[in-house]
Amino acid sequence: MQTDTRVQLNDVSYTYEEQAQPALSGVSAVIQPGEFVAVLGHNGSGKSTLAKLLNALYIPTEGNVLVCGYDTREEKLVWEIRQRAGMIFQNPDNQIVATVVKEDVAFGLENLGVPTEEMLPRIESSLSAVRMSKYADTAPHMLSGGQKQRVAIAGILAMEPSVIIADEATAMLDPSGRKEVLETIRTLNRLKGITVIWITHFMEEAAQADRVLVITDGRIRLSGTPAEVFDRVDEMREMHLDVPHMTALAAELRAAGMPLKSGILTVEELVEEVERLCPLKSAT
Amino acid sequence: MSIEVSHLTHCYSEGSALRTVALNDVSFRIEDGEFIGIIGHTGSGKSTLVQHLNGLLKPSSGQVLVDGEDLNGEHVNRRALRQRIGLVFQYPEYQLFEETVAKDIAFGPKNQGLSADEIAERVRYAMDCVHLNYEKYAERSPFELSGGQMRRVAIAGVLAMRPSVLILDEPTAGLDPRGRDKILTMLEELHAREHVTIIMVSHSMDDMARLADRLIVMSEGKIVADGLPREIFAREDMMTSIGLDVPAAARLCAQLRTKGYDLPADLFRPEELKEQVLRLWKEGSAC
Amino acid sequence: MLNNITMGQYYPVDSKVHRLDPRIKLILTIVFIVAVFMAKTFAGYALILGFVWMTSRLANVPFRMLMRGLKPLRLIIILTFLLNLFFTQGDTVWIEFWVIRITKEGFMQAAFYSLRLAFLVVGTSLLTLTTSPVALSDGIEILLTPLKKIHFPAHELAMMMTIALRFIPTLLEETDKIMKAQMARGADFESGNLLSRAKAMVPLLVPLFVSAFRRAGDLAMAMESRCYHGGEGRTRLRVLKITRNDWIACGAMAVLLGLIILEGIIL
Repeated sequence: MQTDTRVQLNDVSYTYEEQAQPALSGVSAVIQPGEFVAVLGHNGSGKSTLAKLLNALYIPTEGNVLVCGYDTREEKLVWEIRQRAGMIFQNPDNQIVATVVKEDVAFGLENLGVPTEEMLPRIESSLSAVRMSKYADTAPHMLSGGQKQRVAIAGILAMEPSVIIADEATAMLDPSGRKEVLETIRTLNRLKGITVIWITHFMEEAAQADRVLVITDGRIRLSGTPAEVFDRVDEMREMHLDVPHMTALAAELRAAGMPLKSGILTVEELVEEVERLCPLKSAT
Repeated sequence: MSIEVSHLTHCYSEGSALRTVALNDVSFRIEDGEFIGIIGHTGSGKSTLVQHLNGLLKPSSGQVLVDGEDLNGEHVNRRALRQRIGLVFQYPEYQLFEETVAKDIAFGPKNQGLSADEIAERVRYAMDCVHLNYEKYAERSPFELSGGQMRRVAIAGVLAMRPSVLILDEPTAGLDPRGRDKILTMLEELHAREHVTIIMVSHSMDDMARLADRLIVMSEGKIVADGLPREIFAREDMMTSIGLDVPAAARLCAQLRTKGYDLPADLFRPEELKEQVLRLWKEGSAC
Repeated sequence: MLNNITMGQYYPVDSKVHRLDPRIKLILTIVFIVAVFMAKTFAGYALILGFVWMTSRLANVPFRMLMRGLKPLRLIIILTFLLNLFFTQGDTVWIEFWVIRITKEGFMQAAFYSLRLAFLVVGTSLLTLTTSPVALSDGIEILLTPLKKIHFPAHELAMMMTIALRFIPTLLEETDKIMKAQMARGADFESGNLLSRAKAMVPLLVPLFVSAFRRAGDLAMAMESRCYHGGEGRTRLRVLKITRNDWIACGAMAVLLGLIILEGIIL
């Protein structure tokens, strides 16, 4: 059972109490170990509900969720699941418990009953993994939003999870904070092989994932690599979602007759295509 | 109405060891009907600056002149001036407090001492400006609405005072693309139809590229650039050096130019790039 | 900005006294209070003053910081002194003038009562000046742990204290922001009579409560997702250890108490 570090959703539906419409209906997906999956959707699409189902904060009304082989419906497994699937939330202020950074990182370990002498090395290595070591003794309210989110990540990391779920962890940050948090998570994904489920409405973040799931009205509408998903410009727009500017521009150029390749996401890719199609006269 | 900021300096915790200079000798002038974007890194002094424009902070030195009158002068009716310069803070939905949307929007006009009829008229006007249907939403509790709708109620609360200048600090922060587009469209209309002068602080270069007709770039409490968006966005090096991006289209333009393509230096809108690239392609295939 | 407010009256320097175990400091404070009540002579109070002075030296806390704690209680102390001075019955009359009658007994009682009050404040100030709020809540939790047997929520109480300390700066900042936002809408927090001022607080308090509840909800969810399930089976990062200095402090306090009892018997 330990070797299975997949996250599986089998035909999952979830309906909030006192609500007729399900927030999620019939969602199935398998997320492989080490994958970086972005879940894209606008507010109220059901993407936050999905996040909470993965951490056993919500239990599916129908279907089941398996985290590393553990079924979230089984009440006695809840702590096992939450230790393996750590979660970062949107508001950086509302998830830090302690008055000193290193004590907040210790919070999860204290809850798990980790012996005290084991805590310090684990705290130190997680703080250094998010490059926050020098703030170990700082009060959280003195930190920037991006730094607070990195402390939250360190708190999860200390619990040695297989999966990190970020529920719009960058929505309240400024561009540089957003970049520093995403880079931190991507490094952890690459170096430690931690599976990342990145819930967001920023298309430029989703563009960096291995795979994108697009959710609207509680269903998965599109799924594929960022290039595959974003090339469907019209469908994305219809769902009120952004596509990268270069993808949109490429689509318009294509519509005007220019034979650009598909799957353009970045400025560099478009520059390459322009060079291919419009060779400079001086070069010849 | 015009706003003139001259040699404005602001220090926090004056006279203590924690003294920090948030604004350092800032001067500029805003004319009637402009749409100005203020951009800068967190901590560059933008938020301090906009609070000065509304008289919420007192300058350490320097002046803010509204139609030639010193906002901090001795015989100035600060409350009256403040009402003509509406200020919408970051995450304004967190200041809603009334039982109904209409009552909350009426808070400002009520403080202005207007008659009941006038207040009712203002509430309708403001809800119309932010695209909230009066019949549908006026009597609802603001706390039942979606995040984007709550934000529009909060903006309506400022618009109901009928300010000639509207200042917004990060009006789209935390919203999804749909919520963001609604706010931006609304601001565009307000500027075009109601001729409200708008000063918008934002981190989003794309929002700025779409709306602003003048940009003020701030860094470490100073103004480092002030000009047309196309002038500012063409200076990619300056922008990256103070931790800011330029719109993707401006980057594309710059990169194509370094490759040797013949393009104007100051393109920043996708439409412009589309035309130019198509021209390049047609010229290329012609020979 | 409100970013740099100090919490409580903790005086953040390093010293032998700061490093004492908070549990010991709590207990010693209680013993100190007992000693203050047992002192019956000026010599006894002189001993206590000496002890306080020595401790403040050891703690690197300036004596005037201690005295600052007395400031808000000035009036009460003076009142206590005067009331006792004038209204205590006694035989040895010092001054008699019109309705005023000051006796030796009255003076002694007035002096003792007000000194006692002053030392109570100074003693507890010594505790709060040298112990961070977090350490204090830790100490309280452990000292109250035996009460868990009678279902006293010691852990929950300490957790609440920690969270409150964590969110004080956040909520202060938020108050400042909401206040400014409402002022931008023409709210007036400064003028008017008491009633209109109280009414003016509504636009500030409602959003503040709404936000506090929202934060509480978010935080509860974040804590749960990090496996928080109460105090059961929980380990701690900070383990309190009693060191040699703690025993020395206990010894010093025992000596003080002993001397005070002794001089009470002898004199």
